[in-house]
Amino acid sequence: MAKIKYIEHNGKEHEIEVANGLTVMEGAIQNGIPGIDADCGGSMACATCHVYVKDENWFSKLPQKETGEDDMLDQAYEPKSNSRLSCQLIVSDELDGLTVHMPEKQI
Amino acid sequence: MINTDAVVIGAGPTGLFCAHQLGIIGLKCEIIDNLDKIGGQCIELYPDKPIYDIPAIPECTGEELTKNLIEQIKPFSINFHLKDRVQEIKNEKEKWIVKTLNGKEFLTPNVVIAGGVGSFEPRKFPIKNIEKYEGKSILYSVKDKTIFKDKSVVIFGGGDSALDWAIELSKNSKVTLVHRRDEFRGMASSVAKVDELKNQNKIDVITKFSIKDVKGNGTLTSIEIADEQGNTKNIKTDYVLGFFGLIMQLGPILEWGLNLDKKTIPVNTENFETNKKGIFAIGDICTYPGKLKLILSGFHEGALAARGCFKYARPDEKLRFEFTTTSKAVQERLGVKK
Repeated sequence: MAKIKYIEHNGKEHEIEVANGLTVMEGAIQNGIPGIDADCGGSMACATCHVYVKDENWFSKLPQKETGEDDMLDQAYEPKSNSRLSCQLIVSDELDGLTVHMPEKQI
Repeated sequence: MINTDAVVIGAGPTGLFCAHQLGIIGLKCEIIDNLDKIGGQCIELYPDKPIYDIPAIPECTGEELTKNLIEQIKPFSINFHLKDRVQEIKNEKEKWIVKTLNGKEFLTPNVVIAGGVGSFEPRKFPIKNIEKYEGKSILYSVKDKTIFKDKSVVIFGGGDSALDWAIELSKNSKVTLVHRRDEFRGMASSVAKVDELKNQNKIDVITKFSIKDVKGNGTLTSIEIADEQGNTKNIKTDYVLGFFGLIMQLGPILEWGLNLDKKTIPVNTENFETNKKGIFAIGDICTYPGKLKLILSGFHEGALAARGCFKYARPDEKLRFEFTTTSKAVQERLGVKK
């Protein structure tokens, strides 16, 4: 179980407990948090679960990107060097306290 | 006006198998898809990725699955209307008039929406006030490459489309390739070719920059690009090409008066009919309690929706349940009757 904070682009915060094994994307979808679309359902085939991990310590602590994630991020809305696809972030106790920021939109 | 028993929107695996099921029970259908090829997400997003959860097929790629489905529906000689999109659905007595972007019209008692997550459209530049240049000097595909001759072109993107066009257009145009990071995801040979052209000063390559602004007075004159630190550059250019892949959009479906739940259409699980009589939704686009976005679920939904179509297409007939192994009528439709 990990407490994850999702911050919408307008600043609205949602802090929820996400069970281990789910992805950060699923945590948002299952709790109806706006700002993450996840059109492809988590198969890393779109870029609509794009989030920013603004805290550098957190960003480097996360599991490394697998091949393909950056390719999909190329197609996201305003990708930055701290961008991740939230469907690739699997929740574990280690992610307790993670904060992700949603981009202005998911395209 | 094309008269048919059902119009299927979407030529992905779900739409194709639904067409098969319609054929099995003796109904005609027409399939419309926005892409230029059959297969939907399977062919557009993951043609080479193996799929492991199609019943009785331990492993196959999106492309193989599509090929087999096309083979499977061959006996029914189904008409495909590719590179076209349904714009409007209008009630006409007990039927629906379906109108497409290319001006085709269908009259049908049944519409089956198997549209996945919507139709594929090119992703656009995320900048304001760009519309006045789009389609003229800012483009997302190349229809006529001769317009770029002796002109300057800035190409954005890191995939094969961006690389291929940078290589091709560098023969007759001044090409600048801009990508948001150092790695390109295109084929290794294309990446190497771009590198070679860059070293020969035939292509200008700028990485870690993205588009920020476009400038011009009715006609595009230059663009501004910026990196993450906020450093900017101005590039004078006649044309801008953006290749950021395709996005899936529900588009006109939103305007057909269907109940919607986020980007999905609620249906009943008896025949996958929506809140509108004779309009069915199957596959990724439909939702109901317990919905799984699996291809196999789409097949099941298509089979039941086809039966749902029967009662509107043949109101005076009763549908008898038959097996393909034994039914003479079904085998005749399949062209396998011995």
